[in-house]
Amino acid sequence: MTSAAIAAADRPAADTADPAEKIRIRGLDFYYGDAKALRGIGLSLHQNRVTAIIGPSGCGKSTLLRVLNRIYDLYPNQRAEGEVLLDGENILSARQDVNLLRARVGMVFQKPTPFPMSIYENIAFGIRLYDRLPRSGLDERVESALRRAALWDEVKDKLGANGLSLSGGQQQRLCIARTIAVHPEVILLDEPCSALDPISTARIEELIDELKDDYTIVIVTHNMQQAARVSDFAAFMYLGELIEVDLTSKVFTAPRDRRTQDYITGRFG
Amino acid sequence: MIEMVLPAGAAVALESPSRSRRLSRLRTGDALFRALARAAALAVLAVLAGVILALVAGALPALTTFRLDFLTSQRWNPVTEQFGALAPIYGTLVTSLIAMVIAVPVGLLIAMFLTELCPLWLRRPIGIAVELLAGIPSIIYGIWGLFVFAPFLQRTLQPALIQLFGHVPGLNALFAGPPYGIGMLTAGLILAVMVLPFVTSISRDVFEAVPPVLKEAAYGLGCTTWEVVRNVVVPYARVGIIGGIMLGLGRALGETMAVTFVIGNAHRISGSILAPGTTISATIANEFTEAVGDLYTSSLIALGLILFVITFIVLAVARYLLLRLERRIGG
Repeated sequence: MTSAAIAAADRPAADTADPAEKIRIRGLDFYYGDAKALRGIGLSLHQNRVTAIIGPSGCGKSTLLRVLNRIYDLYPNQRAEGEVLLDGENILSARQDVNLLRARVGMVFQKPTPFPMSIYENIAFGIRLYDRLPRSGLDERVESALRRAALWDEVKDKLGANGLSLSGGQQQRLCIARTIAVHPEVILLDEPCSALDPISTARIEELIDELKDDYTIVIVTHNMQQAARVSDFAAFMYLGELIEVDLTSKVFTAPRDRRTQDYITGRFG
Repeated sequence: MIEMVLPAGAAVALESPSRSRRLSRLRTGDALFRALARAAALAVLAVLAGVILALVAGALPALTTFRLDFLTSQRWNPVTEQFGALAPIYGTLVTSLIAMVIAVPVGLLIAMFLTELCPLWLRRPIGIAVELLAGIPSIIYGIWGLFVFAPFLQRTLQPALIQLFGHVPGLNALFAGPPYGIGMLTAGLILAVMVLPFVTSISRDVFEAVPPVLKEAAYGLGCTTWEVVRNVVVPYARVGIIGGIMLGLGRALGETMAVTFVIGNAHRISGSILAPGTTISATIANEFTEAVGDLYTSSLIALGLILFVITFIVLAVARYLLLRLERRIGG
């Protein structure tokens, strides 16, 4: 048994209750120009659960994540075919308002991306896009987002300082705070800890665990221990296909597919 | 043991003269390189100092004769040898201001369009067209301005402006007088076209340098393109934008040929931007050949010195702004 499998088996069995389905992906293909990067993906993502997407580099994990808030739309030669249903509505349809979609489906990137403005403004900026609040209301929302992201105590005395003056781990928590400040329903995390030290990583993993009470969380990670620690469901992808998806404890202890087993035991990838 | 060590030691001793010779040759080359590099850099300082000295020395007769009057008087009478630089200074500043007021927003909009909105196939043609604008010799802007643009303005824009603002208190002075065609506004418009490529291409370059992931993060919050540009791209790129604006301003302040053609060369200050005026460089270019008296020549050189000082102040202010900006971001 790998250490990841042990970690997965140790998780409390909250997974047994039947969670509501938030996102359903059906027959999803994705193209970068002529290159097909995703083939026939079918996957359900559950409310108040953390789903980890794992797999070797280039298998399409991040691509799949980028479909879920249609950030790929920014690039003219990328396109998705198939269906992604968010609460039953197909977000890939041309009628979908992408700005509204991205307010509902927030994203945190691999590298921390604070905006070139103060810590306070980094959070307030997103809130102002959707709500006109008096100053005191805005202050409250900023504080509560920073508290939820476990950053408040570290920055409360320097809210006017530039976001870029924070450490890498703090910047990443600032980005998470910024994402949750606009009250999304789904949070996408694209290898959120790969640029962070172990202590910052641990803090963010704790944070993910707390956040799932309110959100549907999807995390792409290269770190198998991390997937085992934070996720309820795990989806293994390989060469643009979804190989298997199940409760994390099952995927890590008793994978059905040979390739999954090879990957999680470190035989490739 | 000793016998074995000795030959080795001897070999080293034999080898070392040639090696040290080679080393010393390398050292000579190094010293030469250092001297050349230093001389090249110091030459710039020497040239600059020389220019300043020549300007000051040349301007001295005029400055000692007229003293502060030279800066505050708009008299410019070669016959009585009374010279004051206020009109050209005013013209230089106003035409440059008009140019920047137009070129900066238009240039930024073009750069935003090119980097954020433009379909790929249109990007190159527009980019190349903007760069070609910078490559047009200023004499061509001059004759085009005099023969085509000024008459066109005289028929269309200027009467319209006079009509529109003629009865608005405050603004009517700004757009008063008959539509001459040539004048401050025409010069400012031509300058705007000339500095546009600088503002555009530098802003485009700094916009392109904004990390894609930062823009994705803003789009990921649900921002529209305008919100991303205004709140993320421009703040990220502001230092570069200011650099581009200052470069354009430097060009506008010093531009001679095109302005000389269209400004009207009148040594007087008028409240109306439709009226003819003059700039420092236009005055110098126009009058150098006719400057017969020493005081006349000296006054023209003094104008050059003033232009030099204005450009220097612009650069210094830009530096100061950037410094303050950086300090604020750092703090």
